[in-house]
Amino acid sequence: MTKRVTFLPLIIVFAVSVLFAIYLWQIGPGGKDISTLPSAMIDKPVPEFDLAPIEGRKLGLKSGDLKSGLSLVNVWASWCPPCRVEHPFLMTLAEKGVTIYGINYRDKPADALRFLRNLGDPYKRIGADTTGRVSIDWGIYGYPETFLVDETGRIRYRHVGPISSEVIENVFNPLMDKISKK
Amino acid sequence: MKKVIFLLFVLVTPALAIQPDEILEDKLLEERARVISKELRCLVCQNQSIDDSDAPLARDLRVLVRERLQAGESDEKVIRFVVDRYGDFVLLRPPIKASTLALWISPIAILIVGVILLLMRFRKQEKNMPVKVEPLSSEETKKLEAALGKDRR
Repeated sequence: MTKRVTFLPLIIVFAVSVLFAIYLWQIGPGGKDISTLPSAMIDKPVPEFDLAPIEGRKLGLKSGDLKSGLSLVNVWASWCPPCRVEHPFLMTLAEKGVTIYGINYRDKPADALRFLRNLGDPYKRIGADTTGRVSIDWGIYGYPETFLVDETGRIRYRHVGPISSEVIENVFNPLMDKISKK
Repeated sequence: MKKVIFLLFVLVTPALAIQPDEILEDKLLEERARVISKELRCLVCQNQSIDDSDAPLARDLRVLVRERLQAGESDEKVIRFVVDRYGDFVLLRPPIKASTLALWISPIAILIVGVILLLMRFRKQEKNMPVKVEPLSSEETKKLEAALGKDRR
C-alpha cells in the first residue's frame, strides 16, 4: 500500500508523457495536419449564391452552375501571394480538362483582370464576391481555398492554401478518380 | 505631475477592433451583437474572438452578426448560422457533446483523482502517527500535580 502511493506520481508523469508523445508523433511522422481546419461544409450541397462576373467579363457564377459535372471551385484574389503561387497548377489542371470555377474574393476588377491577363485564365466562370458574404457561406477563412464539388453539387473536399503538384497528385487526382468512377 | 500620469493610466483603454461604422444605433441590438461576437472565434487569428480581431474576416462576421440581428433573428439562430458554415471550432466555448466529452470531463476527473490521492495520504499519516496518547493514570496525575505544585508556590 505504502509503496504504491509513492510510485503513483511517477506513473502519472509517465502516462502523461506517453500521451504527449503520441500527440507529437501524430503531427510529425504521423502526418496529421493541424495547420488547417476541417470544413463544416463537407458532404453538404454548395451554398445558394449568385455572383455577378468581374466587371469587364461576361460569365458570373451561381450555385446552379456547379451541378453540371465534377468541378473545382477555387477562391482567389489578385492581392493574395499564395494564389499566384498556385496559379500555374490550376492552369495545368485546366489544360488537362478539369473544370475550374473561380470565386474572386474582394478584388478590384482591374487588378483581377490584369492577374488573369498576365498569368492565364483557367476558369470556366468566375463570380466576383465583392462583399465577402458568399465566401462566408462557403466557410472560407483563408485564401486560396479550393473545393471539390461533385456532379450533384455536393462539396466533397476542401483544400486550404495553395495547390501544388503534390496536392494534385496525392489528393485531388485520387479523389476525382474515385468520385467519377462511381 | 503624478496626478497627470495617474490620470493617463486611468484613461487608457484597450484598443477596440470594432469600427465606429459597424456599431448599430439600436443600443440593445448592439449589446447583443457584442455578446455574440465575444463567443465567436476569429478563424484567422484563432485565439481571438471576432470582437477582438482586426482581421477582415472578423469584420465581415461582425457585420454579418449585426445584419442578422437587425433582421430579427435570435442570438441562438445567429450563432447557429455561423457554426453551420465554420463548424464547432468557431465557438470559443466548445459545446458539450459526445466528441467533446473528454474535454469537459477530464478536468473534473483529474480533480477527483487528486482529492482521493490526498485523502489516502492523510489517512496513511494518521495511521503511522508514532505517539499513541493514553490518558494519565491516577498515580501519574498525582506525581505531576506534586511536581507542578512545588513550582507554583
